[in-house]
Amino acid sequence: MVKEIERYGLPIVHICTIVPISLTVGANRIVPAIAIPHPLGDPTKTPEEEYAMRRAIVEKALSALQTPITEQTVF
Amino acid sequence: MSGYRIVHYMNQFFGGIGGEESAGIKPESRSGAVGPGMAFSKALQGKAEIVGTVICGDGYFAENMDEAVEEVLRLIGEFKPDAVITGPAFNAGRYGTACGSVADAVGKKLKLPVVSGMYQENPGVDLYRKSVIIIPTSDNARGIKDAVPAMTNILLKLLSGEALGDPRTEGYLERGIRVNTFHPRSGAERAVDMLVLKMRGEKFETEYPMPVFDRVAPADPIKDLKGAKIALLTDGGIVPTGNPDRIEASSATKYATYSFEGVRSATSDLYQTAHGGYDPTYANQNPNRVLPLDVLRDMEDEGVFAKLHETWYTTVGNGTPVANGKKFGSEIGAQLKKDGVDAVILTST
Repeated sequence: MVKEIERYGLPIVHICTIVPISLTVGANRIVPAIAIPHPLGDPTKTPEEEYAMRRAIVEKALSALQTPITEQTVF
Repeated sequence: MSGYRIVHYMNQFFGGIGGEESAGIKPESRSGAVGPGMAFSKALQGKAEIVGTVICGDGYFAENMDEAVEEVLRLIGEFKPDAVITGPAFNAGRYGTACGSVADAVGKKLKLPVVSGMYQENPGVDLYRKSVIIIPTSDNARGIKDAVPAMTNILLKLLSGEALGDPRTEGYLERGIRVNTFHPRSGAERAVDMLVLKMRGEKFETEYPMPVFDRVAPADPIKDLKGAKIALLTDGGIVPTGNPDRIEASSATKYATYSFEGVRSATSDLYQTAHGGYDPTYANQNPNRVLPLDVLRDMEDEGVFAKLHETWYTTVGNGTPVANGKKFGSEIGAQLKKDGVDAVILTST
């Protein structure tokens, strides 16, 4: 999906837990997530801490979308 | 008592420990054969014996690959095996990756013969086919009856020290290794034959298939984030409660589009997960953990970017055929482009 969307010239960032799979399928901008059942959260943390973690990942994703790259990059 | 000692690696599901709720278990070992190991024991016909089984949760493995491989190798080593079987993993992505990774390490570190089995589209195939003998299997566990004899056959050959023939004859996935052989007919003759067949429009088989590198060049970055419209997509299976479009829990044949209008946060009263490939507890408790709507709404308010695209797209990425993923991406991309979206965030579990 990532690749087909990028074909339209749209920058796309893939936030995912299993980075090797994302690299194999050909995502170009990759931001690692926390865990498979909760990529953007952590149930062992307080809701505030979780929000902060989620926000940090989304901020990293937005910065990846603003970064010029020439090859697959894990941020 | 047979001569060869085999250790079998499998996940928590085939190991009979449990489904997704047990995917987080750390590596552990059992003596003797477990689950699909029974079928292997039978197929080995006393020529070798499964002396132990090492089991690891797919989730634990995927999230702690380095530690997991090391621990699995240690447990395998304790049985002092002569060879190792991993899987078969069919089309389970995390399991295939684990089977490939364990097999790769067994070959490289323990220097033992090892065989694995997976469906062609399993991501573990592309990751490990170069270093691991992988038998192609069907995409689901019903293919066990074909996978077991094929894997056993190769394993016994490897154990006997017999050289494996070419992948097509032996029935394993090509590793990209070139072997010198004598051919009764010269390359020139074979090439002309092929050319003639090609000119006649008949079928011919190349002796050296070209690799397909289906890569897309990275798109240019967003220049002005403050003026950008951002779209949010997921293949983590978040859907409105009740899954109104009935997206399948695995092998999804469709995606769905919904609107974020008037929604500030992906709360559990509005959304749930339809994904059948991970423990849904945490995503159902707080769907923002997969679809980070709360954060994006706050950032939109703060003016970090101009606008969150109100239409969102979702599907279940769980054993989804590559062809379907391609089709979804292509249709979604065209629509996003038409809707004036500047950049896209896609989340996966």
